[in-house]
Amino acid sequence: MASASPRQSVLTRPPRTRFIVMSLALALLANLLPWNGVAVLLWPDLVALVLLYWIIHYPRRIGLASAWFLGLLMDIAEGVLFGQHALAYVVTAYAAWLLHRRLQTFNPWQQALYVLGLLLLLELTMLLVRLAFGAAFPGWLYFAGSLVGAVLWPLLTLVLQLPQRRQPATTPPYGTASR
Amino acid sequence: MIDTTPPPFFKTGLRPATRFAIFALLSLFLILADARFGYLHPLRQALAVIINPLQHAVNAPVRLAAQVGEFFVTQTRLRVENDELREARLRLSGQLMEFQALQAENAHLRALLKARERYANHAQLAEILYSERDPFARKIIIDRGSLHQVEPGQVVVDELGVVGQVTRVYPGVSEVTLITDKNQAVPVQNLRNGLRAVVFGSGQDGTLNVPFMPIHADLQPGDQLVTSGIDGIYPPGLPVATVLRVERNAAYPFARITCLPAAGVDRHRQVLVVASHAPAPPPRPKPMESARGKR
Repeated sequence: MASASPRQSVLTRPPRTRFIVMSLALALLANLLPWNGVAVLLWPDLVALVLLYWIIHYPRRIGLASAWFLGLLMDIAEGVLFGQHALAYVVTAYAAWLLHRRLQTFNPWQQALYVLGLLLLLELTMLLVRLAFGAAFPGWLYFAGSLVGAVLWPLLTLVLQLPQRRQPATTPPYGTASR
Repeated sequence: MIDTTPPPFFKTGLRPATRFAIFALLSLFLILADARFGYLHPLRQALAVIINPLQHAVNAPVRLAAQVGEFFVTQTRLRVENDELREARLRLSGQLMEFQALQAENAHLRALLKARERYANHAQLAEILYSERDPFARKIIIDRGSLHQVEPGQVVVDELGVVGQVTRVYPGVSEVTLITDKNQAVPVQNLRNGLRAVVFGSGQDGTLNVPFMPIHADLQPGDQLVTSGIDGIYPPGLPVATVLRVERNAAYPFARITCLPAAGVDRHRQVLVVASHAPAPPPRPKPMESARGKR
């Protein structure tokens, strides 16, 4: 049943927990890169992207608790209102969890459209929280990051699938029923 | 087909909707605790200890690249720069001699007037690590923290004027809110006529506002605004901004005054953190008790 979806025809092996943690840590580091000016706004939230990837493809491995904790880490890293990213990540992760069955049957470019919506939801949540506590509207360019993120989605899918694609000879063929 | 919701095969804990509600409420609680009451400073400090080394690690390659780039400057550029610096030094040493004479004279006059001496400022050089990714605020992170005796409220300047104020201090780094941030206020004085005002950041495009000035306030384009020093935090006399334009519309009670910051707020790599040793202001009178006593 599961092998009917295009994802399952490509992925043959479930990812190791170590790999999931490492990808999220790398995304966090990439988010900490010292950008200035417009690049700050255009740089997509890579932690959110990687998190969405794992939640959509392996919803049993990573859930709302991880999303919440990552959000807290982002709040610390950016020195913003405590809980702002945490709330936005939890909302987005839950939305992605609701959609994950549908999204798994799409190809990455179709998924990118949904991911754009999810990333916009993320930024909208943060915008509402900040506006509620008296910040000024930062301009429409604020939403540009999610557009860049959605364009990066197929590439990200490719990169994160690489370790699963390489099928070692030791794995028996029943690996196709991966979950 | 018959039953659309089969009993769960595996125990998965709480239902996702419940879990979502719990985490969302937890986040909202954190947001409220931080924004309204500021309870979370110790937690932030503790977690920053984890994050800060990561930030330094990420910054290392970028800095290394910058250093490598600096190493390969051309000979001609070095020579031109050297000449310029020599010329600047000559010019400045002339000014310095004048300044020393003036300082001596000033000290003498103040002694004559028995005036309180202007407090000495202690400044330390800090390097800007990066600007924060928060598009709602104008903040930068510098590489000096509580280990280097940086305290919240200290003023950050460059060679042209005020850049901002230290708002949060971590062990190794601190956060500086730029004067262009929407919530950042600087008490200033017009250099031309001594008019006092408070300058706020606009938060938008690197400009500053002077809100709540009456229509007939004596401010003109080109006026220099310097810190007034009456707040006891900013040392007096530091350049803050230049008035760019003044819009006086009789339909509104206040004039719209736009200023440009004097310092290169977004441009520099090194800044000075000024520790002012201003004497503590006298305690406030207690109007509540006297009012109660009268009643």
